[in-house]
Amino acid sequence: MGTFLIFRQRMGTFLIFRRKIRNVPILLVAVFTLAPLVPVALWSISGEWRFPELWPQAWSLRGFRHLLESATFVGALTDSLWIAAAVAVTSIAVALPAGMAIGGRHFRMKGLVLLIVLLPILVPPLAATLGIHEVFIRLGLADTATGVFLVHLIPAVPYATLILAAAFAGRSGDAESAARTLGAGPIQTFVHVTLPQAAPAIAVAALLAFLISWSQYILTVVIGGGSVITVAVLLFSAATGDDPVIIAALGVVFALPPFVALLITLRLIAARASGISRADTARWTPA
Amino acid sequence: MSRAGNRMLRAGGGLRAALLLAPALAVIVLLFGGGLVDALLQSLGWLPAAGLRGLSLDAYRNLLGDPGFLHALLLTVYVASTATAIATVLSVAIALRLRSSRSRWLLPVLQIPLTMPYLLAAAAVALLLAQSGLVARIAGALGFIDEPRDFPPLINDPWAVGIIFTYVWKEVPFVTLIVLASLRSVTDELEQAARTLGATPRQVLMHVTLPRIVPAVLIAAFLVFAFTFGAFEVPLLLGETWPQTLPVLAWNEYRSIDLADRPAAMAIAIVIALITGLLAAALLRLSKRWGKWGHS
Repeated sequence: MGTFLIFRQRMGTFLIFRRKIRNVPILLVAVFTLAPLVPVALWSISGEWRFPELWPQAWSLRGFRHLLESATFVGALTDSLWIAAAVAVTSIAVALPAGMAIGGRHFRMKGLVLLIVLLPILVPPLAATLGIHEVFIRLGLADTATGVFLVHLIPAVPYATLILAAAFAGRSGDAESAARTLGAGPIQTFVHVTLPQAAPAIAVAALLAFLISWSQYILTVVIGGGSVITVAVLLFSAATGDDPVIIAALGVVFALPPFVALLITLRLIAARASGISRADTARWTPA
Repeated sequence: MSRAGNRMLRAGGGLRAALLLAPALAVIVLLFGGGLVDALLQSLGWLPAAGLRGLSLDAYRNLLGDPGFLHALLLTVYVASTATAIATVLSVAIALRLRSSRSRWLLPVLQIPLTMPYLLAAAAVALLLAQSGLVARIAGALGFIDEPRDFPPLINDPWAVGIIFTYVWKEVPFVTLIVLASLRSVTDELEQAARTLGATPRQVLMHVTLPRIVPAVLIAAFLVFAFTFGAFEVPLLLGETWPQTLPVLAWNEYRSIDLADRPAAMAIAIVIALITGLLAAALLRLSKRWGKWGHS
């Protein structure tokens, strides 16, 4: 009996080992995917990490403490969050009707409309931002958070529109017709039928718009001058310096919202339908 | 009568669609389109605020004779095409592998780089690949090198290894997800039929599977190339001081105190927009031919 158990254990390890060998390419991809994040995580909480050592000699929260005690960082964090939240709300406000029109209606020149929506995604917004800076100076929008919020809309609105258009393209509109037949007004129908059904897509679009704003560096620097400081701006200037602990601590803060958003999105998609494969998330994520 | 009624209905529908579209289109046309036109005017030497009122192609003519610009163009094309090629090949291999594998845990992991900002990716890759970075430490632990300076420079290096690595890291998940989605359109029956007819696994791959995913792969590669061509943060952080990529060059010209450099900066920015715009046009044309756009 004992020998049999040992035999089964050995067989078990052997089988696991074989499965692992077959999974070597997949493991390599996972290592490659996670590799750049490892030094960020380690450096952010390391107290001392001399050169040839693979593992920090001492741990410390110096980086995070430094950030929390810095008024510049707290201000940057607040500004980043406010600007990103405003971009998310505004993007949804303008992208929701546009997405309903593109996804749910037939009209002439839809191709042209799609092209206009796609252009800021396909053509990098650097030229437009450099160009509009001069207008913003004249309007008093340069070096202000409002100006930064406005240019962040350039990449955010198209993505939000495409996501919502895709969501409305997949819907028949039967539920709305039923509601109208039963006597609901257009506003009632929108609030009680359309909005709840489109809620997951709206959530994903809002998250994405938030993240696009949160991730911006160059648009912020062009329009914000040196006056609007976001977390991205702080991370960039830290990254040109030589304190890896600060770079990494800022990096962790900068990576946190996208990471949380990813978890939320995966949850949403998993909850939405078990029939839809995870690969469908390709449609919901930007380049 | 009924035809007129129909037309009225359609006109009403069109009006309603126009109203729904107006806010989003206004944002895009005013901010993006307006900015682009403004950049174009400034590249032609029209900047009344600075007393520039000329309209000429001088800035573009000067660019063509400027070795800094030509080097930047070459470097940008090199970085974008290398990153695109590596990311595309890797992604197709990963997607094919993932399809036949039962392990589902890699997909969520693979989506982590997708959501990470480019700036974070660049900073992280610097901590990974620098001469005192994690990879150099592993090389040290294995006894290959004694000191950081023994490690080959992979950051701010002439071959732009750090930049390309960062782009590959960011883009592989994106392309892999697109390829995986398109692989689902390749039905098992088709592949099984080929196998029953005596095709080897290699033949099935080359003649059945791959041809069907070519459109999706090309679209993804186009998107990656256009993006890396115009992207800014990664080369600014991980690039050499000379040559610079086009977006970095445009930004540095723009920051120059001398307003006379303004048309040059705008001309470079317009060149970037023009090249990516032409690529986008080619992409849209191709995707229309494949009929992919209709149901996406």
